[in-house]
Parts: sequence; C-alpha cells; structure tokens
Amino acid sequence: MSVLDRKLRRDLWQLRGMVAAISLVLLGGIATFVMARVTHESLAETRLVYYADQRFADVFTSLVRAPEAVAERISALPGVDRVETRVVAPVNIEIEGYGDPVTGRIVSLPERGEPLLNVPWLRLGRMPAPYADTEVTVSEDFAAAHRLEPGDRITAVIKGKRRQLTVVGVSLSPEYMYAIPPGAMFPDYERFGILWMNRRALATAYEMEGAFNDVSLTLRRGTPPRDVIDALDGLLARYGGLGAYDREDQLSHRFITEELRQLATMATVFPVIFLSVAALLLNVVVTRLVALEREQIGTLKAFGYETRDVLAHYVKLVLAMVSIGLVAGLGAGLWLARGMTAIYQDFYSFPYLHISLEPAVIFQAVAVTLLAALAGTLLAVRRAAALPPAVAMSPEPPPVYRATVLERAGLQRRLAEPTRMILRDIARRPLRAGLTVLGIAAAVGTLMITNFSRDAVGWMVGVQYVLSSREDLTVLFTDPTPRRALYSLTGLEGVEHAEGFRSVPARLVHRQHSYRTEVEGVEPGAVLQRALDADLHPVPIPAEGVILTEYLARDILGIEPGERLRIEVLEGRRPVFEVPVAGLTRQYLGVNAYMSRESLNRLMREGPAISGARLAVDPVRQDAIYRELRRMPRVAGTVVRENSIRQFNEMMEESILFFSFVTAMLGAFIAFGVVYNSARIALSERSRELASLRVLGFTRGEVGYILLGEIGLLTLAAIPLGFVLGRGLSAYLAASFTSDLYRIPLVVQPSTYALAASIVVGSFAVSAVLVWRRLARLDLIAVLKTRE
Amino acid sequence: MDSNVVFRARALTKVYRMGEVEVIALRGVDLDLYRGEFVVLLGPSGSGKSTLLNILGGLDSATSGEVIYADHDLVRATERELTEFRRHHVGFVFQFYNLIPSLTARENVAAVTEIARAPMKPEAALELVGMGERLDHFPAQLSGGEQQRVAIARAIAKNPEVLLCDEPTGALDSTTGIVVLEALERANRELGTTTVVITHNVVIAGMADRVVRMADGRIAGSERNRERRPPSELSW
Repeated sequence: MSVLDRKLRRDLWQLRGMVAAISLVLLGGIATFVMARVTHESLAETRLVYYADQRFADVFTSLVRAPEAVAERISALPGVDRVETRVVAPVNIEIEGYGDPVTGRIVSLPERGEPLLNVPWLRLGRMPAPYADTEVTVSEDFAAAHRLEPGDRITAVIKGKRRQLTVVGVSLSPEYMYAIPPGAMFPDYERFGILWMNRRALATAYEMEGAFNDVSLTLRRGTPPRDVIDALDGLLARYGGLGAYDREDQLSHRFITEELRQLATMATVFPVIFLSVAALLLNVVVTRLVALEREQIGTLKAFGYETRDVLAHYVKLVLAMVSIGLVAGLGAGLWLARGMTAIYQDFYSFPYLHISLEPAVIFQAVAVTLLAALAGTLLAVRRAAALPPAVAMSPEPPPVYRATVLERAGLQRRLAEPTRMILRDIARRPLRAGLTVLGIAAAVGTLMITNFSRDAVGWMVGVQYVLSSREDLTVLFTDPTPRRALYSLTGLEGVEHAEGFRSVPARLVHRQHSYRTEVEGVEPGAVLQRALDADLHPVPIPAEGVILTEYLARDILGIEPGERLRIEVLEGRRPVFEVPVAGLTRQYLGVNAYMSRESLNRLMREGPAISGARLAVDPVRQDAIYRELRRMPRVAGTVVRENSIRQFNEMMEESILFFSFVTAMLGAFIAFGVVYNSARIALSERSRELASLRVLGFTRGEVGYILLGEIGLLTLAAIPLGFVLGRGLSAYLAASFTSDLYRIPLVVQPSTYALAASIVVGSFAVSAVLVWRRLARLDLIAVLKTRE
Repeated sequence: MDSNVVFRARALTKVYRMGEVEVIALRGVDLDLYRGEFVVLLGPSGSGKSTLLNILGGLDSATSGEVIYADHDLVRATERELTEFRRHHVGFVFQFYNLIPSLTARENVAAVTEIARAPMKPEAALELVGMGERLDHFPAQLSGGEQQRVAIARAIAKNPEVLLCDEPTGALDSTTGIVVLEALERANRELGTTTVVITHNVVIAGMADRVVRMADGRIAGSERNRERRPPSELSW
C-alpha cells in the first residue's frame, strides 16, 4: 500500500462523521430513484405479461340480451379477431356469520376448456368441473376477506332464486384487478366479489339460455378500436347494447394505468430532488475539504508528486466516500422496491411479479452520483494544485470580508460582534450560503409532500362525503323502477328520508371530444346528493339543462356553460338529445353529469323511473335496514357511505401514503445530512478562529453561538423557502395526478408546514449537539501553534 | 505573598502523555512575576517556555505544583474558572495574530471589550498601538505588522493584569517587528501591565526589566537588566 493510500484510509476514518452524513443523503437519493424506477418498471412489465398470458380483451360491452347466433355476426365485423360471449349476472351473496349485505358478479365460463379471453388465473383449487352446476371459483381478494377456501359453501341469490354453491377454487383476473361494486368509487373486498361459474348453470339461473349479455373481443393488429366500437354498438343496439368501450375505458385497466402514471411521476420528481441535493452537498463538501488540505497538497508537490498524482489521490478519496452511499443506496432501493411492488401486487391482485431491473437504472444512478462528486473534486483540487508549492504551504491570507448591507443600513450598533461575524461570513460566500439554504429548503419541501397527500385526501373525503354525498345508504335497483318504489323504502322502519335518482350510461359529445359516463337525474331540491360550486356551496339543479363536473367540461369536453352538449344514451331505446350546459360543479372524485330527474325521464321518454335511492337512516336501525333491503328482489346493491370512506382511506393508505412515508424518511436524512455537514465543515474551517476566541475568554456558549448561529440562521431562512418549494411541488404533483378518476386539491394544512419545519429544526438540534461536543474538544493550544 | 507578586509558580511540572511515551515539558519551575514588570522568557525550542506561558494563561493545566494568581489557584481551577480568568485578567498575543477575519480592527478589539469588566475604548487601545487611523480595516486589508498591532490592542483593551505574548515578532521581519515591540513597550509603560514575552531572539531581551532563561523544562537563570533599551535601538 502506498503512503498516499494509507493517508487516504486515515483521512476517511478522520472524516467518518461527514462520510456518514453524505452517505445518508446519497443513500436517500439513490434508494428513492432505484425504488421508484424498479417498482414502476416491474409493475408495467408484469401487467404486460399478465395481460398477454391471460388474453385480456381489447373491447368490452354489455347488453340486455342477444341470441347466441349474434356472436357470429360480431366475429364477422371487420377488424375483429377473437370474440367471446358470456353471461354476467349480478348476485347477492350470503356468507355464514357475516351480517352486511354482500353483492357480486357471476361471470360465465365455457362449459369445457379455458375461456378464449380474459382467462382467470387459478391461484388455489381448481376450475369448476365440466357440467358441474353448483361449483364456482371466487376472486382472491373476496376469498381472503372472508377466508373462503375450496370446499366452503356460500349462498347466492340470482334473479331472486337462492342457490347453494361450492367454492372449488380461488382465482384472479386481469379484468377485475381493481374490482369496484356498481355505484361505488372504490374496491370493497368484503362486500363485493367476483364469482366464475359454468355457463349452462348460470344461464339457467339467470334466464339466459341460448343467449348472452356480455361480449369481449380482441382486435386484429392495427385496427383502430373506434371503428369496431361503432360497428358493435350498431349491431347490438336492438339487443339493448349498453355501449362498447376499449381498454382505455375499462375500469380496472384505467385505475392501474393511472396508478402507474403517478408512480412514473414520483419516480421522476423525488429522485431528481434527492440526487440534486446529494450532488450539491457532495460538491460543497469536497470543495471545502480540498481547500482545507491546501497545505498538504503544497507539501506533496514540494516532495515531487505531480499534480496528476495529487488529483488521483483526491479522486480516490471522493470515490471511497461516495461508494458507501452508492452501494447502500442501491441495496436499500432494491429492498424497498421489493416491498413496494409486493404492496402493489397485493393491491392490484397480480398473480406473479416480474421484477424488472434494468442495468440502465443502476447505471444512471451511478453516473449521476459520480459526475456530481467528481465535478466538485476536480475543480477544487486543480485550484489547489495549480499553486506553486511554496505558496500553497504558506498560510492562506486572511479571507476578505466586508460590512454587510444590513450594517451599512445603520443596524451596526445593534449587532454585537459575534452576530456581525455570522452575517459577514454568510455575505462573504453568498453562493455557498445559498446552496446550503437550497439544500435545507429541498428537505423541507420533500417533507411537506408527504403530508400534503394526507391533507389532500382528507379534504377530498370531506368534500365528497360531508358536503356532497350525505346519504347513509345508497340502494341500487336491478332495472329502472317506478318512482313509487320509494314509498316501500320510506316505509321501512328507521328510514328518515329517501331520494330517488335516475342514472343512465351515456356518451357525452362536444365537437370532436367525447366521454362515457353516467348522467345522473337528481330529484329537484335533493339534500342528500348535492352538486357544489367552486366555493363548495350547493348548486341548485336546474329544471332544464345539465350540470357538469368542471374537469369533465373544461379538460375533457372543452365546453363552457351556455353551450349545448350532445348526450347519446347507451341504454334502452338509446335516445340522442342535446341539452344546454347550465353550470359546473366542483367534484374531486370521478366525473359526472347531473340533471333534474324529471327532465331526464322526459328525455328518455319514460315515466317517473328511478335507478336507485339515497337514504338517510336512523343509525340504530341501520343494520336492520340492511337486512330488509337484501330481501328485496329488485335491489342489486347497497352502498354504505361509512364503508366507502373507510375504503377510500385504506386505498390511499396503501399506495400513496407508503411511498410518502418512505420519502419522508429520506427527506429527514437530507435535512440532517445538509445541516450536519455544513456545521461540521464550518467547525473545521473556523476552528482556529473559534479557538482564538476561546483563548480570549469567550465561553463555549459564546463560541458555539458564532458557529451554530450561522447554520441556524441559514436553516431559518431555508424554512420559508422550503414552504414555497413544498407548495410548488405539491401543486405540481396535484396537477400531474389529475385525471377523470380524481383530482387532487392543493390543500396544505398548517400542521403539514409545522411538521416539515420541526423535522428540519430537529435535524439542526441533533447536528448542533454533535458539533457542540466537538467544540468541547477544541484543542486551544494546538490550534494556535499551527497555521492550517 | 508579596503584594507586588502577580503570579507565583511553585514546583510546577507538566508531563504530556503521548501514547506510551511521556514527555516531560516542565520539571519543577519556581517563578514569581511582579506587578508592571516586562519579562522576556528566552529559550530554545522544547525548553518548556510555551508550556509555562500556556499554564500561566490558563490555556493548559499543570500536572503538579501550584500557580497562584491573586487568590486563584490555576492548577486546581475548573474549565469555567479558567475561561473566567482568561476573560478578565489575561491578554494574549500570538505569533500568527489570530485575528477574526470577518471583523474589522475596531471590532476585533470590541469583541473582547464587550465581555470585559472595565475595558478601554477600542479606539483608544488601537490609538495606543498606532493603529488609530485604520479602525475600519478588515484583517485582509492590513499588513502582518499591522495585524499584530491590532492583536496587541485587542489584548490590552480589557486592561488585563498580565499580557502574555508568544513569539509576537516570530512571523515578522525586523523593521516591522520593532514597531510591534514598541507597541508592547508603550502598553507596558503607560498602562503598567505585567508583560511576558516569549522569544528565542536574544536581541529582544535588551528591552526587558528581567530576562528569564529556560532550558530543558527548568529555569536556567534569571537576570535583571540594568536599564531597558528602547526597541528602536534593537536590530537583528
């Protein structure tokens, strides 16, 4: 080992505190980067493989009923590759020992062999035996929620008929990775399940013999879905087609696409922040470090080392410092990625996981880090090595200071010398002070994003479930039902108020834009379901015209109040009509069109029909009301508001919040890394000055004030800047997460500001304690004897 | 104790333990310093003169023996008491000036006067060392000799009982060194501050009331000059 290498090893040991702090920040940067990229790519890759393996369809539609012969005509449509017809039936499920109403969907399987498309992936047990008419497989989440295993029995009510079914298997499906009960916004695994059953048995129970009510198909390569969708809609119109849609509008696919898009955003935003801070910090530290070794560099050169050797020595030092954080970061990133992908796998019911680790990801992480580290080193070492040895070895002339603007403005008298020292030191190196402030501000910003997601979700839930949807229960009917059915609901003991609504699937068209959603007919003067304006005040539903969700009107359809909107109903006689847009409503979850129930009935050319009702009930009677409702044959489903809120929170908890938690931890690392390094370097740079003051009779407290006052002041300055940064980042994230599924409001609660600030102040306190202890060991005599 | 004695050191020893090696820096030093006298402490490197000065100044503690200053025993003083002692009773001048680069000449002095009990005005102290014209200059704008004179002003401004100078002209050329010595001499004469100057430059001994020679951790000799020569007459 050469002498220089020995020096290297000792220097590293000497600098261990700083090495640790830098490694921590680097670890944060690299780990987030690797975690986010690997998670994103693994999920995207897994989905691709899963879709291909299970032959996920390209176009989907449901209809009232068509004879099986129609299937051939669908196959004959230009561009259609494979077609599968199915029977899909709503079902009420009874499970021993579970009181809440459970609904579900039974999907038919071909009598023999695998389905052509949307093949369920068998997790456990087996598929129903050919011609078995009481065997089903159930979706995994549902099975898990009720601990169902092969051999268990459940009771299903199909079209009012009760049937004992035996669970023979547990399976997953690309079609229901995200299974949402009708009328709800979120998955509810306890109260909504998917069942697969042989076609003949299901058709018999659902009165669909020789017919189908669901079609899925794949397209020939290069066929635009739009053409096939139009042709299919035309063909199925007389069979009560409910409007075909492609993958992009398939709910489960939509949600996952959206989630992947968010993940991609986070995979960019966070690593960019973390790695830039790490790079910045590394640069500052290395520059200062080399400056401190100026004399040693001069000495080495005096002994005959070449500039190249000196350069190589410091490059090695920096590489050694960086490699710890780099390796730890890669390891932690991969470990976190495994955790993250496992969470998503579970959340989205992927049967397996393809962990995709592209070498490019690691290469990028390494390249960014090394570039940042080496840029700082080379610059600083060249500056030091460029000096003739004699000059480098002689003490550096006192640095040049000036009175600051504050003092020139006449504040001089009010500031004691220590305070002036702090101010002048900052003013002398504004760039360095600026970078420190920026680094701390970045930490504040990242810390804020974490809590911002919590704040925003809280706000969304508040607006949706406190101001807008205020019912306790929502009842959905199997078919449009005469409005007088409300009386049988209000007749139930404990129902305090009931409001009917008519809900119609439709395509909204304005110029070249169109969107598939539900048009909801609301009772005039409804109090349980309210549309809200931008200030969250209720908007009355007009007698004529439609009210659209802001996002639907402006971002999707490009329509403004006063303009006319074309509505193509996808149900019943499929009427098409035009109505004026009467107003806009603010809504964070989903997008909808609202109009008055009477006017919707009139346009549908039907009597006073409703699709369901919202109920306000006496909480004491709520359970009893459930039981009554599930006995009613027309009731397809019941949504409990309380459950919706809980599910929403759980969903957010699992995905966004875990990610945020990880970034918060790493944000704290950054804060500590920046603050500690700044303080530590200031200590070594100024130890001579501080020791002189100690000799002159200054107490440790007074000297500590000068040292820590500076970094403290920078920390204080960084906090408001971090607030601005955090708000900006939150706004950016909110904007990039915006979709028709939900819009994230820019709501940042005071507690979020407070938490971010206190974590940063806490990092300062810890750093202060560590530096303070070093201050106590300041060797007064040695420092005065030698010139650094 | 003789009321004219400022410091009294008795049987002072100092042993540095460096790993397994013991270095004996002081081997039983007895020394009295009198009020107002100007003492030059001569000796080669390693003779223990800096160690002695550091102990007298409360920068270092002795291994055994006693140092009595007024009624304080510095050998048994706590860290806090030593800080207090340095703050109010001792002025230091170092070979490398040790000015605070971010403070002007006036402020460097004021940094000390603000924590002292009955200080002079910083301007007066700087006037005394001939720096009255350069009050608002930063160290970077001053020559070495000027920086050292500011350091002297900083040391005397608190009106210390004793001024301890470790090689004050060590980093200066002869002409500048003499200007600095003149400043020290004037402070001693006008303020009556007991002054100890460490040097290995024998010429400087000429300006002292008393010359103490050290060798090998002991006082090797102490002699009184018949008269103090003004620094302007010195040259090396």
